[in-house]
Amino acid sequence: MKHPIYMDYQGTTPMDPRVLEEMLPWFVEKFGNPASRSHAYGWEAEQAVEKAREQVARLLGADSREIVFTSGATESDNLAIQGVARFYQDKGRHLITAVTEHKAVLDTCRHLEADGFTVTYLPVQKDGLVAMDALEAAMTDQTILVSIMAGNNEIGVIQPLAEIGQLCRQKKVLFHCDAAQGVGKMALDVEAMQIDLLSISGHKMYGPKGVGALYVRRRPRVRLKPLFHGGGHERGMRSGTLPTPLLVGLGKACELAMQEMAEENKRVLVLREQLLQGILSQLTHVEVNGSVEQRLPGNLNLSFGYVEGESLMMAIKEVAVSSGSACTSASLEPSYVLRALGVSEAQAHTSIRFGLGRFTTAEEVNFVVQTVVQAVNRLREMSPLWEMAQSGIDINSIQWDAH
Amino acid sequence: MVYLDHNATSVVRPQVLEGMLPFFSERFGNPASVHGAGRAARQGMDVARRRLAALLEVHESQIIFTSGGTEANVMAVFGCAARHHFSGHLITSAVEHASVLQVCAGMERRGMELTVVGVDADGRVRPEDVCSALRESTRLVSIMHANNETGVMQPVAEIAELCRARVPGIVVHTDAVQSVGKIPLCFEALSVHMLSLSAHKLGGPKGVGALVVDSALLLEPLLVGGGQERGRRSGTENVPAIVGLGLAAELAQHTMAEEQKRLRRLQQQLESQIQNERPDALVMGQSAEQRLPNTTALLVPGIHGETVVMNLDLEGIAISSGSACASGRGQPSHVPLAMGVTAELAASMVRVSMGWNTTSLDVERFVRSFVTVIKRLQP
Amino acid sequence: MAYNERVLDHYENPRNVGSLDKDDPSVGTGMVGAPACGDVMKLQIRVDDQGVIADAKFKTFGCGSAIASSSLVTEWLKGKSLDEALMIKNQQVAEELALPPVKIHCSVLAEDAIKTAVSDYRKKQKSLG
Repeated sequence: MKHPIYMDYQGTTPMDPRVLEEMLPWFVEKFGNPASRSHAYGWEAEQAVEKAREQVARLLGADSREIVFTSGATESDNLAIQGVARFYQDKGRHLITAVTEHKAVLDTCRHLEADGFTVTYLPVQKDGLVAMDALEAAMTDQTILVSIMAGNNEIGVIQPLAEIGQLCRQKKVLFHCDAAQGVGKMALDVEAMQIDLLSISGHKMYGPKGVGALYVRRRPRVRLKPLFHGGGHERGMRSGTLPTPLLVGLGKACELAMQEMAEENKRVLVLREQLLQGILSQLTHVEVNGSVEQRLPGNLNLSFGYVEGESLMMAIKEVAVSSGSACTSASLEPSYVLRALGVSEAQAHTSIRFGLGRFTTAEEVNFVVQTVVQAVNRLREMSPLWEMAQSGIDINSIQWDAH
Repeated sequence: MVYLDHNATSVVRPQVLEGMLPFFSERFGNPASVHGAGRAARQGMDVARRRLAALLEVHESQIIFTSGGTEANVMAVFGCAARHHFSGHLITSAVEHASVLQVCAGMERRGMELTVVGVDADGRVRPEDVCSALRESTRLVSIMHANNETGVMQPVAEIAELCRARVPGIVVHTDAVQSVGKIPLCFEALSVHMLSLSAHKLGGPKGVGALVVDSALLLEPLLVGGGQERGRRSGTENVPAIVGLGLAAELAQHTMAEEQKRLRRLQQQLESQIQNERPDALVMGQSAEQRLPNTTALLVPGIHGETVVMNLDLEGIAISSGSACASGRGQPSHVPLAMGVTAELAASMVRVSMGWNTTSLDVERFVRSFVTVIKRLQP
Repeated sequence: MAYNERVLDHYENPRNVGSLDKDDPSVGTGMVGAPACGDVMKLQIRVDDQGVIADAKFKTFGCGSAIASSSLVTEWLKGKSLDEALMIKNQQVAEELALPPVKIHCSVLAEDAIKTAVSDYRKKQKSLG
């Protein structure tokens, strides 16, 4: 068992060795610029890029001409939302998204608001799901885009994509889906789900960092204003030298995902259950944040009552996880995703996100269960809130003097 | 194969790739994470930033990592234009890289006024031409440091100083993608506010570059989201590539003095040998001192450039005609046209660009093959 | 943010974790912070007839730095008079634990806890006459 144990697969994933192997020759021996039409180095690189494009397309049920390579999901999100808004602004200036989206989506929307667009940020239900009637009610004849993610990075919750796609198609509103967490971990078919734009990220699916893609529908044709102007690469939608090794890596990662997803999901789900049951059977006052059923198999977000998240992370330092506690976020605010579920600030401070994946073993899960249980018990011994709760005092009834 | 298209891209230097490898495997964490895996990645990134800062003699905080030169250029122009709410005037040159020209055109479509300053027959921007284009409302001037097709170097420092003296608050940007790592560059000495660079032009990997900025400069970010790079460029950092850029920068710094001399010698060898065999060959941009030591753009009137390139490829020699971005499009490049060259002559142009692994033997082989091919293609 | 050795030490080798009887007249209790903020410190002192702090205990809900700050002050409080206790400044705590700027507020909270505990003790003593 490798130490420290990595259990933060939503933060980033280790690259699959098979992906790295595929990438290596493209740094040195086969180093040409894919746009160089005039020599073998260039052609070779171009061929590899087109193969990668095909691999990505296949995973999404798309055509390879619909795949635009980017530097990652953040860029894809920025490009999709900004690009569509600017292209279709004469048709309407209203967008809809959800409060639990990734910052790349939320911040792009905020910037558009500063430019005179209006954005509706839909609330979510307690299980983290968007309510379809709320979405429908929010749509107007000015709405040009709906952006709802496939799987949430913090709580793993999966939105009802096919339903959203159907509604959007009916209302003639474009549907963008940030699938950075979902790709390779859930079935995604842009045709069946009627998705018009979709963002993917290499490093969330055992591929390299610094690369991603944006699916852009051709039939009916979706247009967008590019973010990166320049040499006209990617059919004018995204200029910049194509980084062959990274694209080869992304392609390979997609191919592996397609081949192994079904089995892997089963395996990871079993491990997650093991983790959850192991903890629940030995600790009280533990809650799961977000729907358990509509959830990515590798994600488990738990709140441990009366124990603060960062102290718990420190106590289990041999295990790499992440927390929704303010102390671990750069802004010192508790997780906005948890708050959106209706989780109190106090409870948000007690949350830990466990992310399991391709290389997680049962042995590791057992170790983590034991470590977590031990640490929580110890921290509860040190917690004045646990003490109060044990003596029957209702914490919520106390008048705290916040400082 | 003799590869002489380094301005399009270069091989990643072996030490650079070696240095990158651990960051694909053990040190794979997300630098934003607080745990050990994240910290290990962040450390690598910090070291790379320091190395790049050392090459350009700036402070680490002045470096914003991007996905490459194109992004850095777009970020620079867009970032400045957006700060001014897309009002005001922009100046750039006729020989800029497509990424600069296109983003300036984009800003024009959004409401700004644009002046594209021409170049002389040698491909140089004249400071007085920029000066006379200046207006009170000029927000940004973007002039590249060295041209990717001809290697011609622009008097950036002189232009920058003039602009700053004339228009208070003006911002000056330079696309130094082709010069960083090839010739010594000191950010301060250039008097610019922003400088773009790209890793794969100096033996680093593709997919990473940087925009170097003046500490006091405020820019609207192009990519928003997680707030990485101090809010200036969101998106999980491409740690292995950044590490590669840092290593490439360090290597370039150590070998710069020698390498410059070496490339100059090779350039001279190439140009004098060609002129000997083909006195009718024309080198663009005239004197070598005004050009990057590794670049030679030349043409033989009446012989189609693309055809030369393809023939040379058959002989195992890789060069290009016009820039990579534009290659295969069948149109002559905007750079020779801006230099007053006719469309026909422009279509005859080829570019030879050498790099860290180019040898004297490579140059000889090129000259021989070039001369043979020209003879064969002569009507 | 690597885990600070000194901060870690207070978690791995806790000293003075526990509770004193808050109804005991010689005990002063200070509870500061709020669960919504992610920091709650309970600091208790037992003062002897000479007005010297004979014992101190703490319980904290909060990050590692918060736990360490409160733990540290319980060590310092023992053997001090009430007035000496009030002289403990958060900067001293921050320095001793080498707290980074983003964690300074934990040391401030610890200082608050001391003040609240002393004040609680004094109030009790007053009402006892």
